[in-house]
Amino acid sequence: MAVSSVATNTKAQLLSFSERRPRWGIALLLVTLLVIVPYFGSEYWLDAIIVPLLILSLAGLGLNLLTGYTGQTSLGSGGFMAVGAFSTFLFGIHAPFIPLPLALVGAGLIAAVVGLLFGLPSSRIKGFYLMVTSLAAQFFLEWVFLNFPWFYNYSSSGTVSLPHLALFSLDIGSTAGRYYLTVTIVIVLTWVAKNLLQSHVGRSWMAIRDMDTAAAVIGIPVHRYKNLAFAISSFYLGIAGALWAFAYLGSAGIQSFGINRSFQILFIIIIGGMGSIEGNFIGAAFISLLPLALDYVVQSVFAGHVDAGLLQNVQKAIFGFLIIWFLIKEPDGIARLIRNAKERIAVWPLRF
Amino acid sequence: MSTFIETFVGGLLAGTMYSLVAIGFVLIYKASGVFNFAQGSILLFAALTFVTLKEAGIPFAAALVMTILILIAGSVAIERLILRPLANRSPMTLFMATLGLSYIVEGGAQGLMGAQVHQLDLGIDDVPLFIGDVLISQFDLVAAVTAVVLVGILALFFNKTRIGISLRAIADDTRAALSIGINQNRILQIVWSVAGIVGLVAGMLWGARQGVQFSLSLVVLKALPVLIIGGFTSIGGAIAGGLIVGAAENLAETYIGPLIGGGTTSWFAYFLALVFLYIRPAGLFGERVIERV
Repeated sequence: MAVSSVATNTKAQLLSFSERRPRWGIALLLVTLLVIVPYFGSEYWLDAIIVPLLILSLAGLGLNLLTGYTGQTSLGSGGFMAVGAFSTFLFGIHAPFIPLPLALVGAGLIAAVVGLLFGLPSSRIKGFYLMVTSLAAQFFLEWVFLNFPWFYNYSSSGTVSLPHLALFSLDIGSTAGRYYLTVTIVIVLTWVAKNLLQSHVGRSWMAIRDMDTAAAVIGIPVHRYKNLAFAISSFYLGIAGALWAFAYLGSAGIQSFGINRSFQILFIIIIGGMGSIEGNFIGAAFISLLPLALDYVVQSVFAGHVDAGLLQNVQKAIFGFLIIWFLIKEPDGIARLIRNAKERIAVWPLRF
Repeated sequence: MSTFIETFVGGLLAGTMYSLVAIGFVLIYKASGVFNFAQGSILLFAALTFVTLKEAGIPFAAALVMTILILIAGSVAIERLILRPLANRSPMTLFMATLGLSYIVEGGAQGLMGAQVHQLDLGIDDVPLFIGDVLISQFDLVAAVTAVVLVGILALFFNKTRIGISLRAIADDTRAALSIGINQNRILQIVWSVAGIVGLVAGMLWGARQGVQFSLSLVVLKALPVLIIGGFTSIGGAIAGGLIVGAAENLAETYIGPLIGGGTTSWFAYFLALVFLYIRPAGLFGERVIERV
């Protein structure tokens, strides 16, 4: 079966951890993210494309920890993001003295607890049955945030928004401010995830993903690590949800965290690459840029004669097609395609 | 007391509609281990095709036959283009492929046939009937009878025909079935077609009730807890699960709903499924899996 390919995949992943790659690539990336992008990016690009892209990558990373590394498929990502967003809002309303970073961490922790709660069935069930319980989380959380006005402070629109984004009395409500907030959090959390995956936690997760019965046999406390994966994944998703609501949208209702958000994040990790950190960023970029590119092509070819509804349906069908195509051709996503290309370039032109 | 019975019976009848959707799932899961998330969008596609043909002035029977032919062609295409290249991949991969398929079918169906709501008149009056002093919807009754007849036909098909027996052989032990010369690809095409036709029946009933529109494809989300409760591999389970979910959902909305703000139908079925999972992790009638290293 697929076990052997999974096993070699894990081996490759572990090898990639141990190998000391040159650090200048990461330095270049940091400079790009922290200096070049905000300096050259127009307000529109930062606001409408880069910030949501980074947040979706973070959400993808959260789900990838659970699905790509621990092998537990979840369709509840949207719900856990909502928990993060609404918790941050409630911190802002009831405890405005808490600085934003702490409120975000707090919201992440609350999301983690909720995720842990809905992940508890994972000790008894797995596979599709478990996936359906994650849908239970999604629908239940949607219902909670819709039906109990306390969560959105009794506002008539049912949406939440923070009066102003401030970091220790420094106003970060501007485009640049929100960008730096997002990018800092994404960098820190990605670094944490990378290290976590190299530790015994990540290795146990991968063992569970590859075969949980075997993992239990070699003495990994499977239930504990599964629950941990649910908690940490939800922590990431919660923070991503808070950023989505307040750093990107500005004000958000539960509609922003519906089941379609969960699917979108799942698609990000399928297309980008399951069990790959850079895959989340590639997948998020792909999923945010494809509609733009498609729109651009259609507009320039048909010059605005295409109905918007039709375009949306065509886009949907193309997404579906791409997902199937990736699953057939490259189940490890674009991240693997790029790695393969790199390996080829490295030995070019003297390939054996 | 009569409110209770009314709610209960109404729920049971609505539950048969859930069962119809769930049966489509079970057929495919049993034969190939594929968790077919696209069942909801196939249901939408089938109902939409039927309505569009009918609106074009084609008589009922002809439209039905044409829709079925289109569904069969679609099933063959799905088997060739998606299932065959993905043979022997993990169940999760196949599930995700059907997720992609649902996007293609939904986008394609609505792109080709429009996203507006179509009315579908099956000639069944939705008048309330009184049995004793209990009020019952006639439409629900017809739906329930249809479901029973359909299940009867399926049972005959799977137990008495050659195709049905080969299908059960594939479900039981794929390799053994292959070695005695059963054509798995052909069986898969047939199963997907049958599931499509079951979807058509369900789609027509749901569509007559609430109009043929996008929200039809969301009944898939209603069918998942039914599957959990009944088990993925049992048609009987799908029926029992549908009835349990329908009745429990209706009762919960009537008796618990007012206490906690209403709108419980969106998640109550899932809650119920969770409770069942704690007690019986493989569903009521599902097969217990033994794992080896």
